[in-house]
This record gives sequence, C-alpha cells and structure tokens, in this order.
Amino acid sequence: MKGVVTVTDGLKKIVKEIKVDLDKCIGCRACEVACSAFHARPKYSSTNPARSRIRVVIDDLNDVYVPIRAGDYTPAECTGRHTYTISGKEYSECSFCGVSCPARDLFKEPDSGLPLKCDMCEDDPPISEPMCVQVCPHDALVYIEREEEGGEEQVQREEMEIGLEALAKKHGLQKIMDAVARMSMSKKG
Amino acid sequence: MRYAETGFNLEIDLSRGSIERVATDPRLTELHLGGQGTAAKIQWDRVPPEVEPFSPDNLLIFSTGLLHGTPVPGANRTAVDTFSPQTNLYSHSLFGGFFGPELKHAGYDKIVIRGKASDLVYLWINNDKVEIRDAGHLQGKGALETGALIKEELKESDAQVAAIGLAGENRVYMATIEHANSSASRGVGVIMGDKRLKAIAVRGTKDINISRPAELFEISNPMYQAIYDNPHCGDVFLHEDDEEWHVNNFAWGNARERQKGFWNQEKEKAWTDITESVRLRWTACYNCPKDCHQAIKYPGRPTYFQKCYSKLTYAMAAYKELDFNYDILGVTQEYGLDGYSTPQVLAFGIELYEAGILTDEDLPGFPSDSGERFFYLVEKIVRREGIGDALANGVYWAARQIGKGAEEFDHNSTKKFEQLPLKLKMINYPYFLMYATGAKMTITQTEGSYPQSPIADKKEREAFVKNWDAAPERFKKWFLEWEPRTHPSIEESVHICDWNETMHYIDDAIGTCAFLSSFRGQFGGRPPYHLYNLPNFISHATGMDLDSDTLWEIGRRNRNLIRAHNVRRGLRRSDEKPPEDHWKIRDPEMETKLLDAYYEFKGWNNDGIPTRETLDELGLDYVSEDFLERGILTDSGATPSKETSAEKEKK
Repeated sequence: MKGVVTVTDGLKKIVKEIKVDLDKCIGCRACEVACSAFHARPKYSSTNPARSRIRVVIDDLNDVYVPIRAGDYTPAECTGRHTYTISGKEYSECSFCGVSCPARDLFKEPDSGLPLKCDMCEDDPPISEPMCVQVCPHDALVYIEREEEGGEEQVQREEMEIGLEALAKKHGLQKIMDAVARMSMSKKG
Repeated sequence: MRYAETGFNLEIDLSRGSIERVATDPRLTELHLGGQGTAAKIQWDRVPPEVEPFSPDNLLIFSTGLLHGTPVPGANRTAVDTFSPQTNLYSHSLFGGFFGPELKHAGYDKIVIRGKASDLVYLWINNDKVEIRDAGHLQGKGALETGALIKEELKESDAQVAAIGLAGENRVYMATIEHANSSASRGVGVIMGDKRLKAIAVRGTKDINISRPAELFEISNPMYQAIYDNPHCGDVFLHEDDEEWHVNNFAWGNARERQKGFWNQEKEKAWTDITESVRLRWTACYNCPKDCHQAIKYPGRPTYFQKCYSKLTYAMAAYKELDFNYDILGVTQEYGLDGYSTPQVLAFGIELYEAGILTDEDLPGFPSDSGERFFYLVEKIVRREGIGDALANGVYWAARQIGKGAEEFDHNSTKKFEQLPLKLKMINYPYFLMYATGAKMTITQTEGSYPQSPIADKKEREAFVKNWDAAPERFKKWFLEWEPRTHPSIEESVHICDWNETMHYIDDAIGTCAFLSSFRGQFGGRPPYHLYNLPNFISHATGMDLDSDTLWEIGRRNRNLIRAHNVRRGLRRSDEKPPEDHWKIRDPEMETKLLDAYYEFKGWNNDGIPTRETLDELGLDYVSEDFLERGILTDSGATPSKETSAEKEKK
C-alpha cells in the first residue's frame, strides 16, 4: 500500500510504502492497537481498534486476512463490486479497499463518524517506521522508502484541510462556506 | 474515573428476558483484580451451595481480564465461570481470541447470565444496545458456522461471537464454547446449553481509560519483539513436527499404555506432510505476536482451528494416525466437544464394548474399526441417543449409570473429571500435590512455573538460574541443589505447588495468556510475564499501587475464595487424590505427609478447609462467617466430626 509522498527538492520525491504479505499475517491485530495508540490525543492515551487507520479484514473460515490502511473519504458507495478469486480464495473488492465510505463503518471515528486517514505516522521528530510495522515481527507489514525522480508535485496537506474536504463532500461546499461566514459574523458581532 | 476496567457488568436474566447495566464496586478490583477473581466473588454472594448446576439460579459468567483492552500484548483470555454438573464443583475455563477485549470496548467487564430462556436465543451486544434474539434458526448449527451466520444476519463482520454447537445444546458434559480460533473447554458449554443460550455476539467501539497511558505503552511496545523472539513461550510444542515427547510420554487408548518406539523418522516425515497439507496458516489471538493456532482445512470438513495437544488426543485414544485426528476434529469442533476429555470418553466406550459390558444391543451396527467407532459414538453422544445419553455425562457418571463393572474402567478421573492421559512410573511430589489439590481440574491449569525436571550439568544449572528473573529467590537455591533422580523435599514440593498455582490465579484475573506466563516458566524458565514485571503493567494500567507481594496475596485470596466455594459444596480431604494408577509406584506415607504439609502451609486445617485466621487475614471474613454458620468450621477452628462429603451421590 502506498503512503505519503514527500517532495524533497522539487526534482526528487520520497515515496513511503508498506509492503503487505497476506500469507504472513496471523490476524493478531496488533497493528490496529498500535495505530490507535499513536493517533490518540494525548498520544498513547488510549488503544481502540475502532479508531485505527489500519484494519485487518478477517474472514477466518475462508482464510482471508487482509491488512488495509485508511485512504480517502467518499460520500457514495461503489455502484458495483468485483469479487476476486486468488489462489482459490474469494475476496470481496472491499477487502482491499481503504476508502472510508457509507457501505461500512470502517475508518470512521466511532463518535463523530468523521473519516480517518492513514498518515504513515508522520511525526516531529519522525519515528523510524509507522507504528503498525513496528509491532509486526512476522513481517506481514514491511516499511520501505523509495526515492523517485520528478513526477507531479504533491504538497502535504494539513489534517484540518483533509477534514474540511470531507465535510464539503458530505454537505456541499456552499453549505460549509455559509457556515464559516455565519461563524465569522457572529464572532465579529 | 475507573481505569483499565469499565466499571460496569451486564446482567442478563434469560428467564425474565431482562437486561441491566450494573455499576461494580471498585474495592473488588483491589481485592481480586478481575476475571475469575471477581467472578468468584459474585458467585459467592449469589450462588449458595444448595443451587444445583442445572438450576436457573446457577450463574454463567463471562469475564474480561483486568488488562484486556489495554496495550499489554497477550492479554486476551476470557474467563468463563460457573458450577459444573459433572463435579458439582467450581467450573472454570478460559478462551483466547478476541472476545474479551471486544466486550470491554463495548463497555462491560463481565456478562453475568442467570435464568433459562424458554427457547433457544442469542445475545447481541452492540455497545449500549443489547438484545436477546431468537436463535431458533441456529438450532443444530455448528459452533463456528453459528458465528458466521450471526455476523451475516447482523451485517457486522467486526462482531466477535462465542457459540455452542449441538453438544452444548444437548447438555453434553464435555461441551465447549467456541470462539474464532479458540475454545473454552472443561465443560462450561453444558451450562450455556442448559440456559438455552446458543451464542453471544459482541461489538464494541468505546475507549478504555488507562491511568498512566504513555508509561504503559512504553513498557508494552517492546513486548511484541520480546515475545516474538522468546523461544520458550507461545505454543512451542505445536510448532514442532517432532512429536516424540507426546507420543512416547502420553498414554494411548483410554489412558492405558505408552507406546515406546512408536516414533521414528519415517513417521515424522509422514506426519509433517499430513499437517502441511491441511494447514491453511498459523493464527494468533488479539494483540499477541505468538501464532499458537493452526487453521485447518481437511478435505470434506469445514475450516476449523486446532490448538495445543488436541492435535494428537483423538488419534492416540483411537490408536490411529494423525490424519484421523485432523479428520475427526473437523466434526467435533463444530459440535463443540472438548478435545481433551471427549477422546477418553470414546475410548472408554470402546473398552466397555470389548469387555462385553456394552453389547450390540447398546450399540447397534457398531463398526469394527476404532476410528469409525469414534465417529459412531460422537454422533450418539452429541444427540444423547441410546448409550450416548450416558456417555454424554463423562466417564465417571457414565460408568455408574451403565454399571455391570463399568466403574472399573473409570481409572483416569479425579473429582469426577477426566485427567490428561498420563501414566508414569514414580510418584512426583510436587505433581502429587498439584493433582490432588488443583481447583482448575486439569494439571495444565496448575503446573507451569517451576521446571518439571532438574538439569544434570551443574554449569548449565547455574546458567539457568543466573537470569531466572521469574523466580522468587528460594526457588533459585532449590533448583541449584536439585540433582537428577532425586525428589524435591516436602517443603520444596509445597512451595513449588504454591508458586505454580498462584501464577495461574494471577493470569486468570488479569487475562494474560498462560503461554506467556504461568504455564511457560517450566520449560526454559523465561516467561515474558512474571511476578516481578506484572505489577508494573497492572499499576500503569489501573493506577493501583501494586507490588509483587500484593500481587501474590491477591492470587492467594482468589485461590482461597474458590477453595471456599468447593468446600461449601462438600469438597474434603478424601476427595483430593490423583487417579489411582497415575503413578505405578506410590508412597502413601509420604503422600499423607505432603498433603499435611501443604494444608498447613496454605493455612487450611487437616481436612483441607481454610481456617478462620487464614480467611480473615485475606479479608474473606464473610467466608469464615458463612463457614461458622454452616458448621463447616467451629469457633475452636476444628472440623466438626460430621462430614459433608462430596462423595454424596447425585440423584
């Protein structure tokens, strides 16, 4: 699964990636525990898999164990879905999908319903590798950083901006702008 | 603010259909921690000894451990506590997987179930929303199949389900409760079935408060790698294809004989091939890096999970090969049958047939092959059909129901409960005490901290002791002096039994897995969790001021409270003995001395009853008062002459 892209000097970029080996996953969900701890505020103040930005999709009777990481939010669920058969095992397309969508309660804050998104544990000072990888000694999750030439410039966005965008998609941009206008008016008044 | 626990239990009355969320007393956490400890207190208050196990007043309690839902790796064992119709004593089981942590995230420390439903039901706990739902459509469904069907109908793939199979529905005494890759054995499924409760499904998304979260996370995080790297913890045996230790040391058939020389390289190759052809993967329990469970797909059988020594129990009881074991587990796991006691019941049935006690009339169309006979008897037992109705009550009761000399074939039970099929030569002092006095019914739930045998080489012994962080000082001295082919002294034996059992009482209160602590010191001496690092984890999680001595005392308190339950239900010294033929060479005089010394050390009187002083000192005054009121103890501390015996036959 691909992660955050950091542009270094305009020409080169560092791609952060987690390689997932489904055969090595033992389904312990330690990645969920560690992720939720790292992203709790204050940090490590709680562990709650429901708030994790990585989830192991488990269908144990069909031997399906797929760690997926939270991607972007979408207001609408897919109109159709693929079912994949890989080496004789059936996987729903959703098993590989990290999108926070209305079809399931994955990757939504349990209280607010706001979408969760993996940030590869970006931190200041940076940690050696994402928490989920750190607690996976079986190497089902392996972290790599690659340097790539050029490509599109992508600027890292603030968490607030990501949240705002999700709200805008949910309620429409106009409504959000109206709300902001009202809020600033009442502040002035 | 409550830390590490939610401070609420879910109280379900299946007779009345009522559901209550009840606040718990934080003082009880300080006294008993949680899990089995706090369950025993609830049972003491509400289940007097007059309550028969099949009474609606018997409670079935699912307990999270105190550390469930915290970042501490390997805290995931859910305790199930009730009273057993097989022993009429305290019945305790544990299962791993994901259930306990999920329950805590739903906002509850325990589910306390009383009453009986009129029709088969299941319980659906979704955070604050709790429903008792009809389970008519799940009747007769396999245990894991039930879990899958419930998740589908609730559209909750994240729900965790614990369910019984047909065995539990039909009140088979060997019935388990199955959840994900784990099973609660030792007969708790029979009470779930008696209460007409097919399953419990739970989904929880709430936070759990931690007292010093950053400090706790800091000591928990390195445990993943430490546990993963530690070769002495987890299910070490299951990961080995060399089965020499099990097949040579455990008895075959109805716990009858050891087959020395059965194992060879050819066998090892063949058995390895079988296992590799049916194993889908190794799997783990919640938040633990050890992969102790095999996901198995045997041709023609549904996927199931195999753990521990159940890999061989059916094969050895039937004198069969490994593929037979994987095949029959595909059937028995879905019926929800205990992989330890069931094979012995089946082998016992075959012995009775071969001895002419059971006839073709009892077993119409009984096949000639031992493997086919096992399948035949399983079907009879889970339906309680014909002779299966007697066999479904376990070896002890079946022998007495069948009569005609069948009692002679019940040679491997203690306190009416089937023991591991071990038949050894020379009495082992600490093991004599553990078998005789253990309240958790099987040796694996009592042994585990002190090594089973000495190290011959003095240098190696010294090296072993040098970094033996898990052991209190006195054991280091004793182990250094322990020469091969010698017995530990009486004093040492008493202490070894005491340490071993205490660690289990701690694990079973905080929910950590015995494979990471209480069971895993005996091989290698390096359990990741032990008496000296656990207080730190518990303190950071709960905010309780706790050291090793306090932790030990809580273990003692829980041990004594559960002992008191059994004493109140009639257990006495005369019940405390290993199976007669467990060792070929016994030493009655020494056994008496050992038991005397152990009782004295524990602060119990000569009949095995905790004295008033012992109980009061542990804050169990209400127990001593009850004992005095019932005449179990007298003011002078002596045992009244009139004995209320557990031998009293059940009607």
